[in-house]
Amino acid sequence: MLLEATVNNRPVSLEIEPRAILLDVLRDHLGLTGAKRSCDTQVCGACTVLLDGSPVSACCTLAYEAGGRTVETIEGLAGPDGLHPIQQAFVDRVAIQCGFCTPGFVLTTKALLAENPCPTRSEIADFLGGNLCRCTGYWNILDAVEDAARRLAAAPTSSQGPSS
Amino acid sequence: MLDRFTIHQPQSVEEASEMLARFGPDAAVYAGGTELLIVMKERLAHFPHLMDIKRIPGLNALVYDAERRELVIGAVACHRDLERSPEVRDRLPALAALEAAVANVRVRNAGTIGGNLCFAEPHSDPATLLTALDARLTLVAATGTRQIPMASFITGLMETVRRHDEILVSITVPEPAANSGVAYERFKLHERPTAAVAAVITVVEGTIADARIVAGSVGVRPQRLLGTEVMLRGLPAMETSAVTVADFIRDEVEVTGNLFESDPYTRQLARTVGRRAIAAAIRRATGEEGGRLAA
Ligand SMILES: Cc1cc2nc3c(=O)[nH]c(=O)nc-3n(C[C@H](O)[C@H](O)[C@H](O)COP(=O)(O)OP(=O)(O)OC[C@H]3O[C@@H](n4cnc5c(N)ncnc54)[C@H](O)[C@@H]3O)c2cc1C
Ligand code: FES
Ligand code: FES
Repeated sequence: MLLEATVNNRPVSLEIEPRAILLDVLRDHLGLTGAKRSCDTQVCGACTVLLDGSPVSACCTLAYEAGGRTVETIEGLAGPDGLHPIQQAFVDRVAIQCGFCTPGFVLTTKALLAENPCPTRSEIADFLGGNLCRCTGYWNILDAVEDAARRLAAAPTSSQGPSS
Repeated sequence: MLDRFTIHQPQSVEEASEMLARFGPDAAVYAGGTELLIVMKERLAHFPHLMDIKRIPGLNALVYDAERRELVIGAVACHRDLERSPEVRDRLPALAALEAAVANVRVRNAGTIGGNLCFAEPHSDPATLLTALDARLTLVAATGTRQIPMASFITGLMETVRRHDEILVSITVPEPAANSGVAYERFKLHERPTAAVAAVITVVEGTIADARIVAGSVGVRPQRLLGTEVMLRGLPAMETSAVTVADFIRDEVEVTGNLFESDPYTRQLARTVGRRAIAAAIRRATGEEGGRLAA
């Protein structure tokens, strides 16, 4: 079947099998390796991408579901002027250790701040509760999300990120 | 890698039902796929034909029928739809709160309420509360429609009364009376709850007039605790009544042993979440928490 979707703001048209998993299509066919496979069962969030702005586990989503929709991966966040404010906050707050979980955390944060621009710390923890960091740097991650919320509030035009 | 299959996009429930009848055991309904794809990935089952019912118009509607005072939830509404729906938050805040803590945000975006109920996994959160709320499920086949009370929908471990060619189209939840309180309490360490109790309690003149208490996650299916309900009727509508019946809950629940929790431990958990749920339902029924509308 033909998959037509918008991936990181670019139209994509690709012949896929109905059984193709979104994560494999992104990584193997589109060269977008930011989303990672870890648990493969919707538990860890390393494979998180945004489908029409909402976080989904690409490891357990058929690529078919992306038809006619927009997919956003970590590669779509940085713009010509540098990192997206959420990414910069993660860097500045040292919310990254090995980095395996980071794309998922950053994208989930983007979805959270789009619907709740200034979340409380417990709202952040709830929303990110399905993203696991085995380097266990959770405290810095919570700090980074709070910081990102402040940055986006200060520069609301960049809240959409360069890709939208 | 999954084995090969074809995805069909029926445009109506009748068409989906006809396809299910035609393909027989080779076909399965595919909604969010959060359970189905994992089962297929692990090669526990394979279906050469998947019916994507999400594109059938109207199947995700969420409406409050003011005349009948019922909330009608379309089967392909996802958990996040329920969590955020103004109708659910207004009329059944306990359900909205339950939904907000199902799984994680990714599963809630994809997973549907219908898929949750039809899969009949023993640790379903909504199945337990919807049993206590006396919800009804509407099943449609090309050959006819029937309504089944939630309490008799799940018959065993991942077994329901649904026939292969039937589609669950909606769940109808009566709005609880103004003098009743609804609560759902669960204990969970991982993705799904270990023990949960839902309570719907009606209070008349300071006394518990009616109670529907349902335990979930501890056995193969949600179970009404009829003994506990009988004990509660006539007790004063005070939190102390929850304590009075707590030991009884522990002894009444049927527990299916598993590798992780011993039976006495599971019973103790049921006792605790049961006491909390009943206490909260009493508080809400008596208005101590802003009445029935408190979340
Ligand atoms: C990591 C994880 C954590 C979870 N945690 C929780 C939790 O805390 N609490 C909880 O309650 N649940 C939990 N779940 C279960 C989750 O709620 C369900 O996976 C989800 O709602 C199923 O819906 P679906 O649309 O994805 O179903 P699918 O996977 O598409 O379908 C499931 C089954 O139901 C059938 N089916 C689906 N829709 C219909 C219909 N309308 N009519 C007839 N048959 C149908 C399918 O054929 C299939 O057999 C969790 C799941 C995962 C993966
Ligand atoms: S790899 Fe997809 S959720 Fe863990
Ligand atoms: S930084 Fe290593 S898993 Fe999170």
